[in-house]
Amino acid sequence: MDFYIIDILILSCFIGYFAIWNVTPLLHSPLMSVTNAISGIVILGALQNLNQSESLITTTLLLLAIFFAAINIFGGFHISARMLHMFKRKDKTND
Amino acid sequence: MISTLNIIVYSLFIISISRLSSARTAYKGNLLAITGMGIAVIMGLLCLNSPKQLYAIITLCIGGLIGIIGSKKTSMPQLPQMVALLNGFGGLSSGLIGLSETFNIPHPTLWQIFIIFAGCITFSGSVAGFLKLAGLVKIRETETLHSVSLILFILTLIGGIYAYNGETEYIIGFAILTSLLGFCFILPIGGADMPIIISSLNGLSGWCTTLVGLSIQNSLLIIVGTLIGASGSILTYIMTKAMNRHLLKVIFTPITPNKEIPSAHPEQDIHKGTPQDAAFLMENAHKVIIVPGFGMAAAGAQYELGNLAKILIQKYHVDVKFGIHPVAGRMPGHMNVLLAEADISPNLIFGIDEINQEFKTADVVYVIGANDTTNPLAKTKKDSTIYQMPILEVEEAKRILFVKRSLAPGYAGEDNPLFYNEKTLMLLGDAKEITKEIITNLESNNS
Repeated sequence: MDFYIIDILILSCFIGYFAIWNVTPLLHSPLMSVTNAISGIVILGALQNLNQSESLITTTLLLLAIFFAAINIFGGFHISARMLHMFKRKDKTND
Repeated sequence: MISTLNIIVYSLFIISISRLSSARTAYKGNLLAITGMGIAVIMGLLCLNSPKQLYAIITLCIGGLIGIIGSKKTSMPQLPQMVALLNGFGGLSSGLIGLSETFNIPHPTLWQIFIIFAGCITFSGSVAGFLKLAGLVKIRETETLHSVSLILFILTLIGGIYAYNGETEYIIGFAILTSLLGFCFILPIGGADMPIIISSLNGLSGWCTTLVGLSIQNSLLIIVGTLIGASGSILTYIMTKAMNRHLLKVIFTPITPNKEIPSAHPEQDIHKGTPQDAAFLMENAHKVIIVPGFGMAAAGAQYELGNLAKILIQKYHVDVKFGIHPVAGRMPGHMNVLLAEADISPNLIFGIDEINQEFKTADVVYVIGANDTTNPLAKTKKDSTIYQMPILEVEEAKRILFVKRSLAPGYAGEDNPLFYNEKTLMLLGDAKEITKEIITNLESNNS
């Protein structure tokens, strides 16, 4: 494995650490559902591998992976939007 | 081209997380994340050749539709189980990718074994968490499940070694064993510990993505996965700290209500109040602090609570504040979402450190659906499961109004001395009905 991959991993840990502590506790639930939705990015792994897949079984497994990741992405973003909309609505009425 | 798009995608994700630092910017932050995901998915689809591209698009649409329908059907009190389930699907997706990779090559790599392990644990653990949160299973035999988990753990280790050495059958067996392990592992964990479990599964699903990224050498997956992993891990840390529990303790010694301790005081030692008394105390107060817990949400009393705050502020000019314990809901920040749903301004809502300085000057504290998070025994009783857990110091206030269905102890199985405090008025009954009656009384008075 290349060294730059490890560099990326370590640097991402630092970015994650600072970015997350910056989030207000008020929005910890939306934080969970947004991160949940973006964990659907793993769909790229499935799409990348699908091109090389030759047998029926790997294609099926990868399509299933795409299916579950899609539920994760759409469901996660939709519910985050619902929550954040409520916080936004209130902010307007009180200022 | 692709690497430029990668940079845009992860930048959008990082910016969207940073925008969650305030309620004002958060909504647009979510739109940025959606844009990033859109770019990533379209980029992925465009790289596919023709028949597979069509299959992928159809699968994506069906999954997406199910996701949106599921989200629409979820009410805000049900939020934790929905998040748990979605988490599980993320883990399952990683696990399936890991599994499919092992079919292409004669010997699986160590990364693939790790992906299958982490993915299956995330999936089955989340399903167990979902079942518990939705109240679909109730577990009594925690001891048996602990021994089963231990046996499964040993079997999984052996299975992992066999799987690493090749045969497809062993790899599938390993995946099944791991799934069973995750399920039996999470199932006996107590309801009070759920905020910790959901956060750690959230983190685990992120680390799964990182592992997939390491395996297929995709830097975008590594960066995004680590961001999610950090989020889940930090939330787990915050939750364990808020309950003064260690993660290992959560897993191996669940809080089980101790039924042997009889209620130390008979029922006549408490001072029972009526909604009229409560309304009288509140309208004559200068400062009222409302302390909601999950019981409030379970009774569906958010909207009544919002109306109560509104009428106290607008008609009686009372200083109203909400005090929220970090574990007041079933997941981090859950109570804030429930109060937001009832149109309560975030400016009125305070965390544990800020609100604990306010109780001394409060005339009335209205505790609704909360119990363990206010229990003063956390400071004094050394053998208690909640010993040293940070609490909301409601006993500092002049009067305490405690809404409760009965005098039964909370999750921690600990009697609450506040019930017998002479400053306390107990309002026994349904949280929603009582709050409604208080509002009726406040509305009818013309002072």
